[in-house]
Amino acid sequence: MLCQECGKRPASLHFTKIVGGEKTEFHICESCAREKGEGIPGTTNGFSIHSLLSGLLDFEPSGGASGAGPGYQAKGQTIRCDNCGLTYAQFSKMGRFGCSKCYSQFGDKLDPILKRVHGNAVHVGKVPKRSGTRIKLKREIESLRRELHERIEREEFENAAQIRDRIRELERSVAEG
Amino acid sequence: MERLTAVPETGRLNAVGKFETIRLSDLSELERRVLVEKHLISPNLANESRGGAVILSDNESVSIMVNEEDHLRIQCLYPGFQISEAWELASRIDDIFEEVADYAFDERRGFLTSCPTNVGTGIRASVMMHLPGLVLTQQINRILSAITQVGLAVRGIYGEGSEALGNLFQISNQITLGQSEGEIIENLHSVAKQIIDHERAARERMVHESRIRLEDRVFRSYGILSHASIMDSKESAQRLSDVRLGIDLGLIQDVTPRMMNELLVLTQPGFLQQNSGEKLSAEQRDIRRAELIRQHLHRKSDHGGV
Ligand SMILES: [Zn+2]
Ligand SMILES: [Zn+2]
Repeated sequence: MLCQECGKRPASLHFTKIVGGEKTEFHICESCAREKGEGIPGTTNGFSIHSLLSGLLDFEPSGGASGAGPGYQAKGQTIRCDNCGLTYAQFSKMGRFGCSKCYSQFGDKLDPILKRVHGNAVHVGKVPKRSGTRIKLKREIESLRRELHERIEREEFENAAQIRDRIRELERSVAEG
Repeated sequence: MERLTAVPETGRLNAVGKFETIRLSDLSELERRVLVEKHLISPNLANESRGGAVILSDNESVSIMVNEEDHLRIQCLYPGFQISEAWELASRIDDIFEEVADYAFDERRGFLTSCPTNVGTGIRASVMMHLPGLVLTQQINRILSAITQVGLAVRGIYGEGSEALGNLFQISNQITLGQSEGEIIENLHSVAKQIIDHERAARERMVHESRIRLEDRVFRSYGILSHASIMDSKESAQRLSDVRLGIDLGLIQDVTPRMMNELLVLTQPGFLQQNSGEKLSAEQRDIRRAELIRQHLHRKSDHGGV
């Protein structure tokens, strides 16, 4: 099978892109794959084919004409990760995130991309033990804090004290890991 | 980084095996290349001066890459068809590292990887398959297209720019988000099993329909490998594949499949150069490669006896 990009070399990479539920096959050679992106990291281990992804991500409606899809952003407005400074536009060019915060910073805007790549946008697999518990604890603390605030405003001090103790307890277990 | 590379010293990995931490900056270019050829590190970790390290088990079945594209990449290699076993071990090691490191994990998106193609489970489950039957009977393209239809990706294992040197293919999952690790492995497992069935059928057909041509191919390659003085990497991969097929079909009995696997790795350029302790030109490599293969095959038949 010849590479569908150059038509010269034999295709050695075979994969499918899922675009809006529609599958498209790709058969390309290593050099074209490399040209399309910045090399295929993990080549021999085949871990990642994300150089091919830059094409996939290259669909950001940059305002105006394309209308208000899920990834829509208003003209002149740039979405940027507060933590690492990467803009969404840079992300779609590189196909890589700058830091782990990018995920939450780009938020729902990532849904269409993730659906294109995986056919899905929500994780259903393993939850790490420690961080997983911590996430739950932190969420519980947040909601208790809100409740605490309300109780204090309503001057329900006895309840508030109980909640405050519970928050302290949870914070201790977060700190202990 | 320090916390990750120090994990072996804490003794936490003892239950899994004996480990050593190797900093890539301490290795020569050649040593790094050899690790890549043995599939113990990714070219990405080897090439970039990102201060990476690898935590390697003494039997080299587990390699844990630190500061690859992501901070941590746990790789478990198992012989044969033990995908679940490999995953279970990787998951155990993952738990151990999670005791000391804060993973970037999000309830909705899962494990947050640098590249969106890995997010979620972050798992890449692969099987390496030797498929000469499907290649020789020209069914491979059809099968490859079918594989890509079910969320899996296929690539040739060795060689750059050329198609699957030695008829070796690596099949792995493309999807990491929205499926559990179990589902991903089950999917790969069932597809790989079907491919094995097709490969078997193709081999049977060849034996049935063109036995003499098949034998000729196998023994011709065996003969050439046993006697040639110059052997480039492409030819050697192809001939080794033929001999391996001959072993599987019971045509050749004095060579083990294991030796074929070893030779495949030993005849890679980096390995050849490390063995001879110097940088070799392409021609010197081809001569050295032929010599190495001859030595292996003759040594075997000395006590194997044909
Ligand atoms: Zn090409
Ligand atoms: Zn960021």
